Amino acid sequence: MQRPIFLKHLQFWKLTTYFALTALILSCSKSFDSNVRDNVLVYCSEASPQSFNPQLVTSGSTFDASSRQVYNRLVEFTPGTSDIEAGLATSWQISKDSKVYTFNLRRNVSFHSTSQFTPTRYFNADDVLFSFQRQWLANHPYHNVSTLGFRYFDSMGFNELLHKIVKVNDYQVRFELNYPDSAFLATLAMDFTSILSSEYAENLILSSSRELIDTQPVGTGPFQLTRYQADAFIRYKAHPLYWKGKESIERLVFAITPDPSLRFARLIAGECDVMAKPLPIHIKTLKNYPELKTLTQQGSNVAYLAMNTQKKPFDDKRVRQALNFAIKKETLVKIVYGDTAVTAKNPIPPNMWSYNSATIESKYSPEKAKQLLSEAGYSNGFEMDLWAMPVQRSYNPNAIKMAELIQQDLSKVGIKAKIISYEFGTYLEKVKLGEHQTALLGWIGDNGDPSNFFSSILSCAATRTGNNASFWCNAEFDRLIRKAAINSDKDTRSALYKNAQLVFNQEKPWVPIAHSKQSILTNQRVKNFTLAPTDGVFFSGVSLVSSLSPDLEGNKAINENDNKENNN
Amino acid sequence: MFYSISKQGINFLASFFVLTLFTFALANFFPEKLAFLYANQIDQSLMANHGTNYDLVEPNLFNSYLFYLQQLFDGNLGISSVRGTSVFSEFFTYFPATLELSIVALLFAIFLGVPLGILAARHKNQWQDKSVVSSTLIGYSMPIFWWAMLLVLFFSLWLGVSPVASRIGFEYDISPVTGFMLVDTLLSDQPYSLEAFKSALHHIVLPSVVLGTVPLAIITRSTRSSMISILNEDYIISAKARGLSPVTVLWKHALRNAALPLLTIIGLQVSTLITGSLITESIFAWPGAGKWLLEAVYRRDFPVIHGAILAIASFVILTHFILDLLMTYLDPKLRRKK
Repeated sequence: MQRPIFLKHLQFWKLTTYFALTALILSCSKSFDSNVRDNVLVYCSEASPQSFNPQLVTSGSTFDASSRQVYNRLVEFTPGTSDIEAGLATSWQISKDSKVYTFNLRRNVSFHSTSQFTPTRYFNADDVLFSFQRQWLANHPYHNVSTLGFRYFDSMGFNELLHKIVKVNDYQVRFELNYPDSAFLATLAMDFTSILSSEYAENLILSSSRELIDTQPVGTGPFQLTRYQADAFIRYKAHPLYWKGKESIERLVFAITPDPSLRFARLIAGECDVMAKPLPIHIKTLKNYPELKTLTQQGSNVAYLAMNTQKKPFDDKRVRQALNFAIKKETLVKIVYGDTAVTAKNPIPPNMWSYNSATIESKYSPEKAKQLLSEAGYSNGFEMDLWAMPVQRSYNPNAIKMAELIQQDLSKVGIKAKIISYEFGTYLEKVKLGEHQTALLGWIGDNGDPSNFFSSILSCAATRTGNNASFWCNAEFDRLIRKAAINSDKDTRSALYKNAQLVFNQEKPWVPIAHSKQSILTNQRVKNFTLAPTDGVFFSGVSLVSSLSPDLEGNKAINENDNKENNN
Repeated sequence: MFYSISKQGINFLASFFVLTLFTFALANFFPEKLAFLYANQIDQSLMANHGTNYDLVEPNLFNSYLFYLQQLFDGNLGISSVRGTSVFSEFFTYFPATLELSIVALLFAIFLGVPLGILAARHKNQWQDKSVVSSTLIGYSMPIFWWAMLLVLFFSLWLGVSPVASRIGFEYDISPVTGFMLVDTLLSDQPYSLEAFKSALHHIVLPSVVLGTVPLAIITRSTRSSMISILNEDYIISAKARGLSPVTVLWKHALRNAALPLLTIIGLQVSTLITGSLITESIFAWPGAGKWLLEAVYRRDFPVIHGAILAIASFVILTHFILDLLMTYLDPKLRRKK
């Protein structure tokens, strides 16, 4: 009988050992001399996108991965501000009654050319019509392609607002509204109004693969998607025919890293250039890492605990008020946010116009909470579910920890809260279906207008889309915010919103918790990166200085030297 | 020979059958039951057979099971309820990463564990033996997530000689051909393919050390004990008495005979590696099947949970079957047994 060869020849074992050792030594040697890394920007992002179509979702992570790199809109926010500038529309006229908007479209704008699709024409009015009608018309061939629905479009009230969209000619489009909307232009700069290619859509119908429009995006934006592996990475390359000129970053990679500590470790090790959503503790320890930079600003956001008013016992106003008294927000701000936030009493942040500073904040008082509970017939307390998202958001760095603190506070007034968590996408789905009793959530204003807060998450329209997680529909409140939305006088609007905040403060559909500052960390090779007020991440216009080689230690030394020179 | 092969074949089929029964039962506990298997075939014939309602499941459990088996053999594991992609194709995206990591981890464990075991056996009860035995005990009982963190902290963040996470540097865009990064980088026609290979090698070191630690401890200890018992055998003593060099005695006579029981032990490590990969992959953001399963559990993506359990368990059963066959081939005693 013959022995198998690998047991017979010890030579084999020895050789393999030598090979393995050599390989190990080779791999650890610092002989990298190529400059492949020079034109690649790696962004450590916090979550996988739910889709690559911004029309379908409301999560910032998805917008970062889709609309903000791949698509353009008719008008755009000037980087770093909430001012409007020309995008795919070069100019626009507004009629006297503010109900007709006419846009002149930019010429010679190319769509991405991918392995699936080669555009044969430039961007024109058909693409604008397609992008809006898909979300608007129930009989549109693309309306029902995704089961996700068009929540943003619905909750912004576009179904009621839009009267007609007319193609005047190939390079002119007219929007006719049913009533004036003061925030309409700002809304057209928002993610869900991104312009998709109608030619691509027609091709997909022919190849009967319509669903690809949401997973393999074709846009006009600065970067085009090349490869995506869920929970691992997203790869983009610069759009060679971008109408603003090709980006200086050749390739852009999103390294999907939900764990903030791992993100930070990757940033320190130089594997990432930009890190999303650092924890307060990371910012505190930053002085140990001179090669890192931090960008911080007061965010336009709110974190809140939504109480489902459709479910007992939260249909009772007194119970909702009691929770407002029972939760000690100061502790939450101190422990969860590391003092990088302020406590909230209104649904909009204090730096936004129309903020009502006269509303009365429910100061922490377990006695008052207990009294209200016994008035409502819950003198022995009750049990409830407290949902907390598993991921870190810019408005809430650690919802699970926050939930634990809230749980302690509530136990002092006799409420037994059970903390429940799901993966973030699932979490949002379930909240939208109203399966929760109470849920920790937040909102980031994305067009600089207060209507974006009031209409999107507190209106009656938003109860139907599920974005109003309290499912709270108050006639008076809704009347005020509707009136404010169609008025074009800022002072009148401000007064109306202030009154709406009083109603909100009385009814307490939420426990408003905090408005946080937002920050992002980058290393020294990233230049011209600005933080958008909406917390969006835009890589258009960002450039890299080629100093970081994979030789990590050497690089650290170089950067330290740079820093010293700068300090001097 | 034929007898034992067919016996193992039956064993394999029986375990697979039990596995499908289990996963079938599992699928029936899902909120939508077997609906996920229907989801990707919106073709008219199926609609005609089962009505337009996808929730419709065969009322008879036996028929339903037959349908289930039929779908499995057609390679249909359903559609992910979160991402809408085919579970079967997702498995083949993620699994090679796990396999690659496990193979490297196993090689690490064997190439370090066997020599260490021999060393300990040769110097039984001396300091070498004692240090090997105590360190394997530590390695065996240490929580691997803690060990992983420690290694990352030391080698990646402090010394900066190893990457923190993932399979390859993000600057390298490697299109998947085999799914094995170490192979794909070499197959790639990019100008930086060799450099990418180095990067991939560099990235696999820490995760495979972490994943290989428990198997390393087990293999070392088994090598040691099996060598000790063989070194006391008469034929070793007689070989020594004939004046053969200690190296020849050790490698040619002792190790060869110790290798067979060792193979069984190594085979058993497959399930240890798969279990370990769940944790290791999560820590190192390694996009493999273990992380895929964990994320699915977190997302309540039942079709993926079902598919991942079935596919991974089938893989383990299959490797055990192949190892059994290999053992039959290698071990004359097993082969001749009637």
